[in-house]
Amino acid sequence: MSRPAIEVHNVSKVYQLGSIGATSLKDECGRFWDRLRGREVARPKSEFAALRDVSFEVQPGQVIGLIGRNGAGKSTLLKILSRVTQQTTGEITLRGRVGSLLEVGTGFHPDLSGRENVFLNGAILGMSKAEIRSKFDEIVAFAEIEKFIDTPVKRYSSGMYVRLAFAVAAHLEPEILILDEVLAVGDQQFQRKCLGKMQEISEGDGRTILFVSHSMAAIRRLCQKCVVLDQGVSSPMLDIESAIALYTSNLTESEYDLKVADRPRNWGAEGRVCRIKRIRVTSEHLLAFGKPLDIEFTIECTKAVPEAMIGLAFNTLEGTRVLTLDSDVLGKYLHFEPGEYTLKFHLDSLPLHPAYYHCSAALAGGGFFYDIVDPIAIWQVKTSDEDHWSDRGAGGCRLEPSVELTPLHGTV
Amino acid sequence: MQNKTADFEVTLRPETSWLQLELKGIWQYRDLLSLLVWRDFVAKYKQTILGPLWFIIQPLMMSIVFTVIFGRVANIPTDGLPPMLFYLCGQLGWNYFAQNFNSNSATLVNNAGLFSKVYFPRLVVPLANLISNLLTFFIQAVTFLAFYVYFKASHQGQFAMNWHVVFLPLFVLQSAALSLGLGLFMSALTSKYRDLVHLSGFLIQIWMYATPVIIPLSKFPEKWRWLVALNPMTSIVESFRYMLLGVGTVEPLYMAFSVVFTVVILIVGLLLFGKVEKTFVDTV
Repeated sequence: MSRPAIEVHNVSKVYQLGSIGATSLKDECGRFWDRLRGREVARPKSEFAALRDVSFEVQPGQVIGLIGRNGAGKSTLLKILSRVTQQTTGEITLRGRVGSLLEVGTGFHPDLSGRENVFLNGAILGMSKAEIRSKFDEIVAFAEIEKFIDTPVKRYSSGMYVRLAFAVAAHLEPEILILDEVLAVGDQQFQRKCLGKMQEISEGDGRTILFVSHSMAAIRRLCQKCVVLDQGVSSPMLDIESAIALYTSNLTESEYDLKVADRPRNWGAEGRVCRIKRIRVTSEHLLAFGKPLDIEFTIECTKAVPEAMIGLAFNTLEGTRVLTLDSDVLGKYLHFEPGEYTLKFHLDSLPLHPAYYHCSAALAGGGFFYDIVDPIAIWQVKTSDEDHWSDRGAGGCRLEPSVELTPLHGTV
Repeated sequence: MQNKTADFEVTLRPETSWLQLELKGIWQYRDLLSLLVWRDFVAKYKQTILGPLWFIIQPLMMSIVFTVIFGRVANIPTDGLPPMLFYLCGQLGWNYFAQNFNSNSATLVNNAGLFSKVYFPRLVVPLANLISNLLTFFIQAVTFLAFYVYFKASHQGQFAMNWHVVFLPLFVLQSAALSLGLGLFMSALTSKYRDLVHLSGFLIQIWMYATPVIIPLSKFPEKWRWLVALNPMTSIVESFRYMLLGVGTVEPLYMAFSVVFTVVILIVGLLLFGKVEKTFVDTV
């Protein structure tokens, strides 16, 4: 297994809010003075965390999409990966030359001709003069501006400008290509052309591409996997449809200590005899693949219940049941007398593939349901160090069978 | 393919140390450096008729004005040299430094748009300025030589180029180092505190009057000369005059001080710039 082309580990980026200048100078002097005197350094007055503990890995040759609402932190992450700015904490490893297209036409000088700007822009993006010269005709042909190549760029229409700028960037040959919403400019025909070129780059040349876009169609067409950013927090690497579902849905990941006593019950179980009042995930790693799962239920019963069981169900975000944990599978039943109980639910090793899941719980016995809480929440099963193959993308549950190998007679 | 990618592996960490310059990167981006030099030189005079002649006109005009005002009207002596030549020489020694400082003192601010969108070693831009201004220097040097020949041929005044003129490139280098160090230092500060942009504008103008460009050092009262010599440019300008025209006040002590000052400011400038360039995009 080759090493990842991009490795992002616990990257955070914190910005100072407010105006820079006299106020920040005063702040800085104050903090410097505090440090000199050995006092605890006061945190600056207002901070904003654009990225919080973001981690993911991109294997060479993958095309990964990065989606999220405006302000989620996508551009900040790309800027850090492009070395335009630096993260506050965390580590990033890049294996290969990086070409970034964060803006179209970076460094174009209005007084210079298209030809001169191709060289300038190409050099700014990291190409050598020889490289640009060898690709010059291709670039001009892609941009379809042969006639205007010697006119100053300030005379170009916006369409010509964008076509030329993209043409230069499209002929970069970095091992890692980072693109920030550049397909938002340009007309339909141009966008189709760009998408085609990008497909060519990724499939033909095997480059790693990290692609930010608001166009789900473009993401679906180009990307194999996707990371969703929400207010600076990254999801794990998801398949396209889960990622898009997470991005477009209004549900966000909930807390792990929920008081469900007063929630309306929708599924036929009245919850009058026995009712789940509170659900709390108490395991050290919350929900993580391969790690123990501990949940504490607070249950109130108004009548005696002789034989009951509790079940916890996990569904994918689309609604497919992937795991059911029933306490009575091995024939052990619960007995309730009227009163309140704390029920500790334990599983030695959670076999669920890292992703987001709808979770629901049910109290049942004698063939019918006493109480159903559905959904409890959307919980994230995180990856953990037990999980060495999180990129297999198989989904569902992953258990380990025991295997025994016997050589047959006659084999070498 | 594996080996190729291994050459380009880089790990990014939030560095807070002071030693962070990437000089290797500048060599990698040498094509960009040459294109920027060409851009600075060419783009200035696109769509003009006189084009590169403008490089000559500025110092020429200044010298003419100085000759008339300081030479004729105020009658300030010029160490026995023809005034026009005296001022042209002073301009030659001074202009390279001044132009570098002007183009570099707000590098980060002026190029914020570019720097916030693409990565390349930020030092490439000030270096490109240094080199394109050097080309301007050559043009002005040629102009000076032309006047030198004219004045020599018409026998106006006692002066002669000194053999020490072989050291001229060293002084140009010192000028470059001084203006680079100062420029980087200012760039780093102006990226956060805009006051300094306004300051650096007239700072260089005032500085010229504190340098023996118009008034030779020999005309400053003996007991105040050390004060003028605290200015590192004093030694450079006077040395220029000595090398090119044979008349100038050159003290080894002043020169030594000037060089030490230059080295210190260059190191400080590089360190500060290196520290700031990675995150200035957030506060510019």
